[in-house]
Amino acid sequence: MAAAAKPGGAPAPKMTTNRAGLTKPDYRGLPSTLCAGCGHDSIASQIIQSAFEMSLKPHQVIKLSGIGCSSKSPAYFLSRSHGINVVHGRMPSVATGAMLANRTMKAIGVSGDGDTGSIGIGQYKHFVRRNVPMVYIIENNGVYGLTKGQFSATADLGQKLKYAGTNELMPIDLCLEALVAECGFVARSFAGDAKQVRELLKAAMAFNGTAVLDIISPCVTFNNNPDSTKSYTYGKEHEEVLQDISFVQAYEEVEIEQEPGTVQEVKLHDGPRILLKKLDRSHDPTDKLAAMRLLAEAREKQEFITGLIYINESRPTLVDLEGLPDTPLAALQDDKIRSTPEQFASVMAEFQ
Amino acid sequence: MSTAAVEPAPRAVTLDSNRDPVNDFSVVVATVNGSGSQTANNTLVRALFKMGIPVNAKNLFPSNISGLPTWYTIRISKDGYVARREGTELLVAFNPATAAADLQSLPRGGVCVYPEDAKFERSRDDVTYYALPVKSLIANLGVDKKLVDRVANMVYVGALAELLGIEREVIREALSYNLSGKQKAVDLNYNVVVAAAEFVRENLPKQDPYRVERMDKTDGLIMIDGNTAGALGALVGGLTVMAWYPITPATSLADGVNEYAPKLRHDPQTEEPTYAVVQAEDEIAAIGMVLGAGWMGARAMTSTSGPGISLMTEFVSFGYYAEVPGVIWDVMRMGPSTGLPTRVSQGDVLKAYYLGHGDVRNICLLPGTVKECFEFGQTAFDLAERFQQPVLVLSDLDLGMNAWMSEPFQYPDKPLDRGKVLNAEQLKAMEGWGRYKDIDGDGISYRTLPGNEHPAAAFFTRGSGHNASAGYSERPDDWVSNMARLARKHETARQYVPKPVVDRREGAKIGIIAFGTADPAIVEARDRLSTLAGIETSYMRLRALPLGDEVTQFIAEHDRVYVVELNTDGQMHQLLRLHAPEHAMQLRSIAYSDGLPLTARYVTEQIYEMEQK
Repeated sequence: MAAAAKPGGAPAPKMTTNRAGLTKPDYRGLPSTLCAGCGHDSIASQIIQSAFEMSLKPHQVIKLSGIGCSSKSPAYFLSRSHGINVVHGRMPSVATGAMLANRTMKAIGVSGDGDTGSIGIGQYKHFVRRNVPMVYIIENNGVYGLTKGQFSATADLGQKLKYAGTNELMPIDLCLEALVAECGFVARSFAGDAKQVRELLKAAMAFNGTAVLDIISPCVTFNNNPDSTKSYTYGKEHEEVLQDISFVQAYEEVEIEQEPGTVQEVKLHDGPRILLKKLDRSHDPTDKLAAMRLLAEAREKQEFITGLIYINESRPTLVDLEGLPDTPLAALQDDKIRSTPEQFASVMAEFQ
Repeated sequence: MSTAAVEPAPRAVTLDSNRDPVNDFSVVVATVNGSGSQTANNTLVRALFKMGIPVNAKNLFPSNISGLPTWYTIRISKDGYVARREGTELLVAFNPATAAADLQSLPRGGVCVYPEDAKFERSRDDVTYYALPVKSLIANLGVDKKLVDRVANMVYVGALAELLGIEREVIREALSYNLSGKQKAVDLNYNVVVAAAEFVRENLPKQDPYRVERMDKTDGLIMIDGNTAGALGALVGGLTVMAWYPITPATSLADGVNEYAPKLRHDPQTEEPTYAVVQAEDEIAAIGMVLGAGWMGARAMTSTSGPGISLMTEFVSFGYYAEVPGVIWDVMRMGPSTGLPTRVSQGDVLKAYYLGHGDVRNICLLPGTVKECFEFGQTAFDLAERFQQPVLVLSDLDLGMNAWMSEPFQYPDKPLDRGKVLNAEQLKAMEGWGRYKDIDGDGISYRTLPGNEHPAAAFFTRGSGHNASAGYSERPDDWVSNMARLARKHETARQYVPKPVVDRREGAKIGIIAFGTADPAIVEARDRLSTLAGIETSYMRLRALPLGDEVTQFIAEHDRVYVVELNTDGQMHQLLRLHAPEHAMQLRSIAYSDGLPLTARYVTEQIYEMEQK
């Protein structure tokens, strides 16, 4: 899908501006310090592209991460957004507090398989359970890079690493864990598949609730052997794409050209749509049990499926459950957050 | 009572006051945990309070849902002393398992009230016994079988009312207060009270001297526990995000927020809540939520106890170094590890002040009264936002979970101090802003909040090395200058935190330094030392860390300064020696912790004995 052109049909300026009046460089970050060819950098560039195409206002975006290579990457996109790089595995709780304090923000959380699958598995599941609105990106490479190559909890059974030897434990499937915790948006992608990453990112950004995006992101330094399912070679050769995905913004008019029945359309809460063109394999991403079965079978066969695995926007978010006012709690004037003297006097009388 | 077994043996020099049998004695109610004695005990305390008699009650309870012994002590003091006393004159022996031992702890001439069918040896012949036919009294009233256990404790309420002279109408009002005015329940319980009182009047002639008389010493006062007071203070102090995980003795602080937030913090126009409360999955998540909300600009807090702050350590370092505000109430209990989870201690002082890894010194508030719990509810947020760091409030189980008399709390007259936060216009007007730049020379930088639309407002918050403009840095000079600024900020905080409360006595060569719930025992001990031993003392009650110059000054003014605290290692004593090393030899530690609130007798005897050396 092409970037939305500025309405009005004016001659295209040298630098395209989006509906927020910003150009793509406005969404860039600092130069990456990750290894050349790192999958995380491809993801960062798709975040930049998606945010630009979605016309996000950078000051309305917050970036959050834990610890690890993945968690360094928020510095490499959206420099005009506030970011916070917290402690290992605890980004979800910080995001929870931040979103309670300011419900109007668009949160992008970046984590890794160690940060989410090991030390942070508890916070991950509780975050999903609470359905805190955030795009939860897991840059999954099956290995601890910053500490030079230990297995993570998503490493394949039987996988060999120079540092760590052979992995003898079954991997944790973070998409399956999300589904079990009632996540309403579960997708898997491959950093080498830029278009799919981008379309899924945009759909996740438009989703109201926790949107989990598990992106296999090869570690070129420690885990890029062709026999690793987290390698570029394996991903390119074995990726089984569930659907051809297009994200359509609310203001865009797109004709559905395909034959009826070949495209599944999922509408999101305030107008945007996700168009899913079916490929060989038939999967209905609105069917939760089918999604679980799909993941379980893929896990048994060590298949690498990508696409939108499950979507359901009906569950209330934590913001809904708390009944928060439209004005962010953090923006309430002082007189609104300290009760009235009359309210206080009546409570004080209870203790007399 | 069997807790006496862990108390120090009486000393040769007993500096205890002679007791007046009128309005100056203690009652201990021994029951089985989970038997529903709370309403009965609260009713007694409230009735005494409403008769104008100064009263303080402490629940000494086990870590258990039901079945273990629990003791509820009520101190009645015409002089207004509220510290725990060693020894009680009246025993309500409603727990057969501890009755025999409890009986041994009564003084000569004490009183024992017990159910007539209780099987324990009445081994003392210097004690007055009153046997109550609990079962038959209840049976005669035709109480529904399901409710029998719940109202049985009202028998001792009625008996004590008659024996001590507590007015029945006041009991009735106290019942109504404690049962939230539920008329059926009030009537049912009151009928038991009256039946028991009538039985005593007709069958058990008074043989002991203890009684109460109406006074006017509680007029206008309230009774409240410190956790509820802290919750109220936070709610009028701007709390908007509360994240917590259940832990004794801090749970009731979160309960207080949940109970009073709907009354205090629903917008009168829209009726929408202006707060959010989340029960987190653990303490790490709780502090994570607090810091996330604080980073976003909300006033956020959590309540916990020792094990909780241990879990929060990594995040507190992060908050200190990344400079994110947040408030942690540490309602202290006995450690290490699980320790005695339902027993009081002041054992987290060093841990809290230095909570973190690397070089960390935290601002800590030390409330000593329920009124300070209330006031520090706001003060903690003001300091957290002013200094952009986590602030710990060190309350304790005795202060937090027991009800104390207090002047009513005043609606705060000081505005909220939101600290140095730049909006887009202010940022535009400021030249050369950097997130961690010390523009004013006080070590406190200006921060921007997410949502600020100025294109240069955003910065990346990180716990790793950073320079003055929040850029990632491993440069030695950046590290050193940043830590120097944090040290400067700590010096600024020294001037800002609540000052100690000082009471100097003319000619006193001896000083006492204490904090928190050591206070009531010290207030009373000073009077005793003065009247019984002619020892005059001055007293400084600390209310915050870091310590200020006035503390050094106070130590310098006295030949000897006793540092009294409820822990074993003398933690505040250690901090004071570091703070005023030139006066270290003047400082003497009285550190004692056995799980029970401090007594005036212990403090009096310790100081008296150490003064003889």
